[in-house]
Amino acid sequence: MNQRFEFKHIHTMLLSLIALLLLPACGKLSNAVEENQGGALADNAASQVYVGPGEYDEFYAFMSGGFSGQIGVHGLPSGRLLKIIPVFSVDGEKGYGFNEETKPMLNTSQGFVPWDDAHHPELSQTDGETDGRWIFINGNNTPRIARIDLSTFETAEIIEIPNSGGNHSSPFATENTEYVVAGTRFGVPYPQQDVAISSYEENFKGTLSFISVGEEGEMDVAFQVLLPAFDYDLAHSGKGKSHGWTFFTTYNTEQKTTMLEVAASQNDKDFIAAINWKKAEEYIAQGKFREMPARYAHNVYDEHTHMATSTMKDKVRVLIPSECPGLVYFLPTPKSPHGVDVDPTGEYIVGNGKLSANLTVHSFTKMIDAIERGSFEKEIAGIPVLKFEEVVGGVVEDAGLGPLHTEFDGQGNAYTSFFITSEVVKWKVGSWEVLDKASTFYSIGHLMIPGGDSKKPEGKYLVALNKITKDRYLPTGPELCHSAQLYDISGDKMKLLLDFPTMGEPHYAQGISAAKVLPRVKKFYPIEENKHPYRTLGEKDSRVERSGKDVHIYMTSIRSHFAPDNIEGVKVGDKVYIHLTNLEQDWDVPHGLAVMGANNAELLVMGGQTETLLWEPKEEGVYPFYCTDFCSALHQEMQGYIRVSPRNSDIKLSWRLGEDEEAI
Amino acid sequence: MKKYHKLIMLMAALGLMALFIFPMWRITLIAPQYPNGVNMHIWINKIGGDTPSTLQNINILNHYIGMKYIEPETIPELQYFPYIVLSMVALGIVLALRGKATGYLLWTLLLVALCAAGLYDFYLWEYDYGHNLSDTAPIKIPGMVYQPPLFGEQYLLNFLAKSYPHIGGYFVGASILFGSLAFVFKRTEHA
Ligand SMILES: [Cu+2]
Repeated sequence: MNQRFEFKHIHTMLLSLIALLLLPACGKLSNAVEENQGGALADNAASQVYVGPGEYDEFYAFMSGGFSGQIGVHGLPSGRLLKIIPVFSVDGEKGYGFNEETKPMLNTSQGFVPWDDAHHPELSQTDGETDGRWIFINGNNTPRIARIDLSTFETAEIIEIPNSGGNHSSPFATENTEYVVAGTRFGVPYPQQDVAISSYEENFKGTLSFISVGEEGEMDVAFQVLLPAFDYDLAHSGKGKSHGWTFFTTYNTEQKTTMLEVAASQNDKDFIAAINWKKAEEYIAQGKFREMPARYAHNVYDEHTHMATSTMKDKVRVLIPSECPGLVYFLPTPKSPHGVDVDPTGEYIVGNGKLSANLTVHSFTKMIDAIERGSFEKEIAGIPVLKFEEVVGGVVEDAGLGPLHTEFDGQGNAYTSFFITSEVVKWKVGSWEVLDKASTFYSIGHLMIPGGDSKKPEGKYLVALNKITKDRYLPTGPELCHSAQLYDISGDKMKLLLDFPTMGEPHYAQGISAAKVLPRVKKFYPIEENKHPYRTLGEKDSRVERSGKDVHIYMTSIRSHFAPDNIEGVKVGDKVYIHLTNLEQDWDVPHGLAVMGANNAELLVMGGQTETLLWEPKEEGVYPFYCTDFCSALHQEMQGYIRVSPRNSDIKLSWRLGEDEEAI
Repeated sequence: MKKYHKLIMLMAALGLMALFIFPMWRITLIAPQYPNGVNMHIWINKIGGDTPSTLQNINILNHYIGMKYIEPETIPELQYFPYIVLSMVALGIVLALRGKATGYLLWTLLLVALCAAGLYDFYLWEYDYGHNLSDTAPIKIPGMVYQPPLFGEQYLLNFLAKSYPHIGGYFVGASILFGSLAFVFKRTEHA
């Protein structure tokens, strides 16, 4: 009796214990549901993105600035904005494209083009792994590719792409950065000429360009492949077993020129163009190319002269597929595919058919098999079209709507962005099963996993680059910044951690462990390496020289004064070149320079650097100038005057700093 | 062990050569903007720092309080101190070869005297830099002087200044110790 009571008692206690244990688990479950629905700030998300004061982020993220033309550098996981790198657009903040040194960077065959649409950043790679040397990005509107040096985070080189229109499928590096590529989005008359738009099929062509990258990063248009005038959308180069090949997606294989939203969406399948660039190298070596006239600019910034030079080039090597068997194959792919993404092993080539519900994955092995068997469906302009069933490796069924782009986590999983259904879908490479879905806010375009398009992804985080922002932040009128979202992908389920705003329209992004970049980063430019022709290496050398109407001011800055800071003898109608050398040799001590009324931006000169402001005074008077970057306790005192006299004045050129006056 | 006094004396003499390899003193300035400190290194024949530009950066900071520029070329001690050190090394070697206890003792005492003189000289320079301030200094605080400590730590406006011997200095200390040991070992050799 007694015993029985005790047993019952224990039984009850056990039951309530189990209930207590279950309770927190239930709580967790409902949280997880909430998260997937976007009620983000669950349990420890805040601590996962918290990077304490003075701490560094684990990753650099480079976000394309889209129609800002620049690159935004953010830290991950915090999402903090670290720098905006001016690339294709003038930038008053840094004087980029305004000072004499950087104006040549924006030179093109059409002259000075002060803006572009920057789409896809691409880190340099060694053995298929990101190496932290450079990042490339394409200019879409006036076809260009830029190289940014990651020791200075400055644009070091821009090359224009000839015979191209809308440089969209670019830059996408090969495994050892042998090449970055540039495929034209628009078919354009080849060569460019005055023809009827309706003569499209006859006169228009599409070029795919391979830009070689040298040891020091120097770019050159190595060759172009002349293809039918399809629209070439995106690209990725092979890796591992598919090293030596680059894949380009196409749309508008219908070759229409008007009302494309309907006209270019009719074909059931478009193509992925597979280019065997190793074969191309053989043909080039054999001289089987045509040298065609072209006009394109090559602009290089020299870190020692601190100035850019622009050179016009006048020819390009072109390979024609019908003359070069084995160079190009078309892989039929449904339907108007956007991204083409190669998995870390190099075996699978994902075609993200943006009007398709399914995701088509081609097999590289099957492709090579079919090519060796000569099993082709037909030929277009001498290019064999492979049979869809013979190259497809797998299909991810009904994953979502509007697949755009896929990256990989290095654990055998792939993550695809779906624009229409506004979600990221995680699926298994090989079994093609869908593992998880996460909503994005709103309408994701590309996505990014650090190293996610390389052989060695660092699959800890995923960033969704959303096209639509709406209510995610405090409203700022009709125009809103775009929005990125950070997901933790280290577990089975994706977990939304953070929203952060981004500049312009980030199309694509790249991420890399900070540890790979940090050892290269410079703190200032050694003054003894300054080879600028108008440098001033010490205050004693500061001076003013006149030659005709050109006045050259050799000026220095150091905390907290300019030398010289009083200048007289400048006349209305002069062209005044202020060559400012910043003598500072310490980290983070730039000095700026602004002159009242100058039809120009400021200068922002880093330690050891020389930059030149061109000022053409229009009216007599005394013009103040000052330092624009708060440099020291006496920054506000860092100022001076330039006196401007009438053209016929006989005031002599003179300058001074403090009590030492000099005159010519 | 005790018969090695010649060798120990030789080490004492040659140890001074370290002054040509390592700085003998270090002054560190720490402020919120300089979390790792600005390190000025004083060598037997030059003044430098963590980077070739450290001295320029210290001079930029100092000019706000009207301190004159530290220009190593204008400090005569940096010219002739190396010869004194070389003489001491040569003398030490000769005395080691002779192997006399009195020689060891005199050399060691001479070295201590030179160190004391050197430190006093260092103090005078510090005094001069810290007190002889320009009348037109942008930042003037009545009664404030900026002499860094000879040895130890002290706040100078927003900077914590730390002044301690560096590797070269420790070698000099070791030379004094070795000179003394050589003397003691020689004296107790037959005891
Ligand atoms: Cu300044």
